[in-house]
Amino acid sequence: MALLEVTNLGIAFGGLQAVAQLDMKMEKGQLYGLIGPNGAGKTTVFNMLTGVYRPTEGDIILDGKNITGQQPAKINQEGIARTFQNIRLFDQMSVLDNVKIGLHNQVKYSMWTGIFRLPGFREKERQMNKQAMQLLKIFDLDKEADLPASSLPYGKQRKLEIARALATNPKLLLLDEPAAGMNPNETEELMNTIKAVRDRFDLAILLIEHDMNFVMGICEYIYVLDYGRVIAQGTGESIRNNPKVIAAYLGGD
Amino acid sequence: MELLSYLINGISLGSVYAIIALGYTMVYGIAKMLNFAHGDVIMVGSYIVFIAVNQVGLPPVVAILLSMALCTVLGLAIERFAYKPLRGASSLAVLITAIGVSYLLQNLALLIWGSDPKNFTSVVDIPALDLHLAGGKIVVSSETVVTIVTAAIIMVALSFFVNHTKLGHAMLAVSEDKGAAQLMGVNVNSTIALTFAIGSALAAVAGVLLCSAYPSLTPTTGAMPGIKAFTAAVFGGIGSIPGAMLGGVLLGIIEIMSKAYVSTQLADAIVFAVLIVVLLVRPTGLLGKPMNEKV
Repeated sequence: MALLEVTNLGIAFGGLQAVAQLDMKMEKGQLYGLIGPNGAGKTTVFNMLTGVYRPTEGDIILDGKNITGQQPAKINQEGIARTFQNIRLFDQMSVLDNVKIGLHNQVKYSMWTGIFRLPGFREKERQMNKQAMQLLKIFDLDKEADLPASSLPYGKQRKLEIARALATNPKLLLLDEPAAGMNPNETEELMNTIKAVRDRFDLAILLIEHDMNFVMGICEYIYVLDYGRVIAQGTGESIRNNPKVIAAYLGGD
Repeated sequence: MELLSYLINGISLGSVYAIIALGYTMVYGIAKMLNFAHGDVIMVGSYIVFIAVNQVGLPPVVAILLSMALCTVLGLAIERFAYKPLRGASSLAVLITAIGVSYLLQNLALLIWGSDPKNFTSVVDIPALDLHLAGGKIVVSSETVVTIVTAAIIMVALSFFVNHTKLGHAMLAVSEDKGAAQLMGVNVNSTIALTFAIGSALAAVAGVLLCSAYPSLTPTTGAMPGIKAFTAAVFGGIGSIPGAMLGGVLLGIIEIMSKAYVSTQLADAIVFAVLIVVLLVRPTGLLGKPMNEKV
């Protein structure tokens, strides 16, 4: 059975059908791309998958469990985590604390343990710090752990967002334009990081990206969205030569 | 000597304002709303202690813990039934509801306990402190000492809780970006409820300290300190916990100094005038974060 099965998913805002009849299937260990012209509904799909929007039709099944229309926090606990198109870190908090928010549900101790610093407290906090530092190390952010998140350069902020999402221990990781605003070197480095994440963690990745070299270079399977509908899907090669895709991007009839 | 004595009184009164202001500022930071019923929770807490000590005969410490527990329940109930249904409603609707809850509490207290002032007996039972300094002597009342010490303990504990525990971090995350926090698996509703619970328990403590220093209890006892503590929270930078502490203490000192050296009647006017000046110069308050509007 597939990790994620989306069937006939759709959402309408008033009279506007933003996404319709969306079917997707994803397996662990694979990298998927979601592309399409501006306004095609890519981020809307992410918002439905993560519970920010409630779909008006269709089902989202994660690991055999129907999570359609659940609250975002619940869906995150079920195993979907994401990053954002415009970075949304907790700017005032340290790099380490940002990741620890992601670990929030992985390490449990009660409020009273925290307030009165009961024996479990130090141990749990140490465990969280260790896990968070390990994650930061993967992204080469361990030296900046104590700096406020807002002080990081842009490329590192993007990486920190991925680290924070991974801290929630997702089965499916959604990346919304991870390479946006990056220079070719940074993009190259990010591609390697994402591949490493896919190999190292037991998860599937779905990413939205406009940089075609990036998508073609990294994704095994690509969905192309236009006007809220999937107009093509398949490997990079088949997408590149699909006349419908070329028409959607370049115009034509 | 006289100045020092006023300063200590000011810090003491300011500590009470600071404890109340913490409730305002935490709720504002996390739920982005002004809980104007907060001052009236103080009043309810004071009545609970009054009844528990004077009519039931419980020891003061037990009475205070009972009052904290009941105020926590009250705070959670207010959040659950008055504010939670309005999550996502316009902030004006929430504000008006908060004022409504405030009047509801005051009038319920009027119905239950009547309008005649209750003579609150101080719960503090230790002798006053004599300070000998450079030949002079100041007498510091035991209430003043207890108030300052309690406030200091609360501030240290709360700072630790917010900055160094998981739930505290969740509160910071929700206050920065509710949406992103939710998508990282933080339960926003329970975080908001926790904030109300902490704020209300602190209000109970503030009520006892306030009524021990100014022992007259009526259904509107909480209103004026509530407004002043709100002022203190804005003064320090609303949403900021250290700001509320600083704002509260400064406000208390300004108020006592005005009463001592200018005029008792003008004291409140001076307090609010200072607020206006501070907001003109620093619109986000003393320790408030600069507003970075996302474009």
